[in-house]
Amino acid sequence: MFNQTELKNKKISEIIAEYPYTENFFKEQKLVLNDQEKNLKEIFQNLSLEAREDVVFDLEQFTASLLSYIENMQEFLGETDSVVKTLSILAGKDKSGYPENYKQLNIKSGEIISIVGPTGSGKSRLLADIEWTAQGDTPTERKILINDQIPDKKWRFTGGKKLVAQLSQNMNFVMDLSVKEFLHLHAESRLVEQEDALVDRIFEEANQLAGEKFAAEAQITSLSGGQSRALMIADTAILSSSPIILIDEIENAGINREKALELLVGEEKIVLMATHDPVLALMGDKRIIINNGGIADIITTTAEEKKLRRELQILDKLLGDLREDLRYGKKLGQISQQLTAIKLIN
Amino acid sequence: MNVVTFSGPPSSGKTAVILKTIAALQQRKLQVGVVKFDCLYTDDDELYQKAGVPVKKGLSGSLCPDHYFVSNIEEVVQWGKKQKLDLLITESAGLCNRCSPYIKDIKAICVIDNLSGINTPKKIGPMLKTADIVVITKGDIVSQAEREVFASRVSTVNPDALVMNVNGLTGQGAFEFSTLLYDKADNIETVTGKKLRFSMPSAMCSYCLGETQIGEEHQLGNVRKIELGDD
Ligand SMILES: Nc1nc2c(ncn2[C@@H]2O[C@H](COP(=O)(O)OP(=O)(O)OP(=O)(O)O)[C@@H](O)[C@H]2O)c(=O)[nH]1
Ligand SMILES: [Mg+2]
Ligand SMILES: [Zn+2]
Ligand SMILES: [Zn+2]
Repeated sequence: MFNQTELKNKKISEIIAEYPYTENFFKEQKLVLNDQEKNLKEIFQNLSLEAREDVVFDLEQFTASLLSYIENMQEFLGETDSVVKTLSILAGKDKSGYPENYKQLNIKSGEIISIVGPTGSGKSRLLADIEWTAQGDTPTERKILINDQIPDKKWRFTGGKKLVAQLSQNMNFVMDLSVKEFLHLHAESRLVEQEDALVDRIFEEANQLAGEKFAAEAQITSLSGGQSRALMIADTAILSSSPIILIDEIENAGINREKALELLVGEEKIVLMATHDPVLALMGDKRIIINNGGIADIITTTAEEKKLRRELQILDKLLGDLREDLRYGKKLGQISQQLTAIKLIN
Repeated sequence: MNVVTFSGPPSSGKTAVILKTIAALQQRKLQVGVVKFDCLYTDDDELYQKAGVPVKKGLSGSLCPDHYFVSNIEEVVQWGKKQKLDLLITESAGLCNRCSPYIKDIKAICVIDNLSGINTPKKIGPMLKTADIVVITKGDIVSQAEREVFASRVSTVNPDALVMNVNGLTGQGAFEFSTLLYDKADNIETVTGKKLRFSMPSAMCSYCLGETQIGEEHQLGNVRKIELGDD
């Protein structure tokens, strides 16, 4: 790797040839490059006062910054140590100071864990502990291990790679871009190879998840709630650098939730899902019960519950079909004698 | 006393983040006070007051708020000491994209929000480029992809900064962020003799000094001309 002195004396074209992504750095730093055959020393010597103000840094600071950028990017690209095979949560204490009711929870990649508990019970804190790779240094005193080891501090601070990606109901797209432009922008920031193929795949997967299809040319801000959610999930599954995904409820409208979860775990992500919907919660391998700031229990989904989930899916489908019929102006009929025979309390 | 400077574009969530962070610092029994620098108007002081935080404000009027900041920071530090603060936080409205209030050896934090657009990191110059920690807010409203793209732009503009997400509404991330703010070893008595991180352009043209007439002959000092080309 070039050192700082070399960076000052290499031609811009040489730096870009060695580290192609630095082109982006020069652009974002607003350094005007009229002649790529000059080196940084020469360029800085000839900068006008105004151009200097635009760049902010002097030659020394600029090359130091460039060096840090190259180091960050090399690490980002070369990472093999950031594969998360297991995430372990070691017990801390609840809000009253009592130890949590478990010793250690190990979650493997490809697993879905549901998180349940009343609002304000500590779900966000649990997530924050994971995101911060807590080492007894948060209010719960929990500890987080990755692949059975104390995690690298880089998970806490880098702009490039975060441990946890989040999907929640109130998230929207805010950029003025088409679906395709948007996916390309994200892919570029990740420096992925075979960008076109990847973008196509995300687009297809998203359309599989969405109840109503959408075009690659559609503006992302004009997508329906279900379509947005579908695109966000497909994009996060395939393109997000984060190995752990937190989902805060997926509303049951305009999106195939089961397929969405299958897509996520299929990409070897760990999925943590806060939900109060039994159809979703029972998709989890386990569920964490949170109360008073602590983990009160961890329940493994039983065979009986899996059977129940089948039944709930049927009910879910029935209701979904009725909604659909309603929307298209059809008359609704009774479902079956069996169902009407069920006595409703009240 | 520790001193930390916060800066960032208007409405990026500085006050929200500072308030959530102070709540976490108070758990550690630390006395925290705030001085808000703004241009023409602010009601941030009322928000701090409501939270029981000792607060002062300074309005720069027609001056660049960052220029005003440097001229007053020593007095502000002495105020903080009189209040027996453990930590003095200054909040500056980042209204001038040419300047930044950061001082060498004083922790500098830039607060920027996900809604401001992916070109903002590039636009706001020294305020972002020379910060030690960049706090990104409003992650709760945008998609995961937009958050990732935004954070990566921030890291490209300032590769040395620690980049953290803090939610100004829920406080998510504020506890973690607060652990980076106070260290006994960073105590100072005065900022006299310290240096700014980035020399502030004087940004003075004849119009700054009261000129009202339009025309080449009235343009003195720091004048830049627009490039319109020949077509
Ligand atoms: N959704 C959301 N809103 C936020 C967040 N952080 C701050 N806000 C809101 O954004 C608005 C501006 O926040 P402030 O904290 O006043 O911003 P500021 O940077 O101090 O603004 P000035 O001091 O006026 O420049 C307020 O309405 C906050 O409630 C966040 O993380 N998410
Ligand atoms: Mg404010
Ligand atoms: Zn200024
Ligand atoms: Zn002027």
